[in-house]
Amino acid sequence: MIEIRDLHKSFGSHQVLRGVDLLVEDGQSMVVIGGSGSGKSVLMKHIIGLLKPDKGSVLVDGTDITRLDAKHLYEVRKKFGMLFQGAALFDSMAVWENVSFALLRSGMRASEARQVAIEKLRLVGLTGIEDLMPSELSGGMRKRVGLARAIAHQPQILLYDEPTTGIDPIMGDVINDLIIKMREDLLVTSVAITHDMHSAYKIADRIAFLYEGRIVETGTPEGIRNTTNPLTKQFITGSSQGPIKIEGINA
Amino acid sequence: MTRFIEALGSRIIRFTAVMGSMLLLFAETLKELLLPPYEIKNTFKQVMEIGVKSVPVVAITAVFTGMVLALQTFTGFKRFGAEALVGTVVSLSMTREMGPVLTGLVVAGRAGAAMAAELGTMRVTEQIDALETLATNPVKYLIVPRFVSSAIVLPSLTVIADMLGILGGYAIAVWLFGMSSALYWHRAWNYLELNDIFGGLAKSAFFGAGIAIVCCHRGFYTEGGAEGVGKATTGAVVISFMTILISDYFLTAWLLK
Repeated sequence: MIEIRDLHKSFGSHQVLRGVDLLVEDGQSMVVIGGSGSGKSVLMKHIIGLLKPDKGSVLVDGTDITRLDAKHLYEVRKKFGMLFQGAALFDSMAVWENVSFALLRSGMRASEARQVAIEKLRLVGLTGIEDLMPSELSGGMRKRVGLARAIAHQPQILLYDEPTTGIDPIMGDVINDLIIKMREDLLVTSVAITHDMHSAYKIADRIAFLYEGRIVETGTPEGIRNTTNPLTKQFITGSSQGPIKIEGINA
Repeated sequence: MTRFIEALGSRIIRFTAVMGSMLLLFAETLKELLLPPYEIKNTFKQVMEIGVKSVPVVAITAVFTGMVLALQTFTGFKRFGAEALVGTVVSLSMTREMGPVLTGLVVAGRAGAAMAAELGTMRVTEQIDALETLATNPVKYLIVPRFVSSAIVLPSLTVIADMLGILGGYAIAVWLFGMSSALYWHRAWNYLELNDIFGGLAKSAFFGAGIAIVCCHRGFYTEGGAEGVGKATTGAVVISFMTILISDYFLTAWLLK
């Protein structure tokens, strides 16, 4: 279970998070939606302890990870797998070494780790690419390799940073199906951030709308679709007209 | 006037902040260096990258430096009949100054720039964050191997540079100016003390450690995409050069005490 309480974060004078409260139950698929610059990525980086908040706490299975020292934080991180927006594959290593990176680091023999990598790659629908370098892969393949890497050490929580951004719509849907499959097969808790509403409706069983550094509304996909909140409504319908003002544009 | 003082003040604050954060990174690197597990495989890889692949550039730089030193000394010293000292000038200059400093500059330009660019790219493409999420300390995994190998490799390269520089001087003095080979060696060795060589090697180890910390720091804290990587790389080379040249003076003064 992930519990975020009153999370604040500023960069210089720029306040990004202004008191985020969010609860993600075990096995739940939470999707945080929000516009560009709404603080979604910053929120996600707090969940896995890549950033330290100015105020507030992030409880992962009851442990406040914002107060942990480096050593214990790395232990908690083993519960997590994260798929980055640009996949963030290590471009100095072959695909299989990327996938089994955490396993190799924890001392697994190379031959065994390679087998695990091949198996995880098959799980995301990729075969015969284990010896390629990341630069030889297409965007969609990179994301799937990134996903294979995120699940290789059998995490309990998967984080997805804009899983469908930067790839074509069909590949986007392949990723959506994979996210659902991961949850059903591996029984993981997942948190995704996105501004792709099609993806959000498909993969979420809870959706939270982040606006100006706070969660404005949380609900089921159906509930969000039929929202009466004017902010959420404008965002999910993708309208330039409404209470959300874009800087420099007079709507 | 106020604006000038303001600008100066903000520069000093920024400079102090960067220096502070470099020192913190240095401290963390030392800590991670001492704590197991040890990154032996990665360190070997960096020794190849920073050391072995720098040999050709270092060799060419050293040979030509030795040659030009002999050329200048021979023609210059001839004016007062001291051209027999060519060997001494070349061997002292190479071991005490030119060997360590030029090797440092070459490695900073070649391997240091690569360190900053590689780490910078890893930062902006979130690969460093990815390391963190895979429970791997990026300082241990990326910076410690570069730091260790740079500090080991620089003295080794300096030994090569010292020898090749003296050989380059030999080529000019003996083959071009017809000096006797025995005289060159005699003058080159007789006034050379072990302390000259070890002092130079100590300096180069310091330069190696400095280059690694400066360049890794610039790369590790890169911000702002491709442009940021460019800036980090330029910054890394410029600061490394300054660090080498300025610290060289003070280290030399201290060693000569």
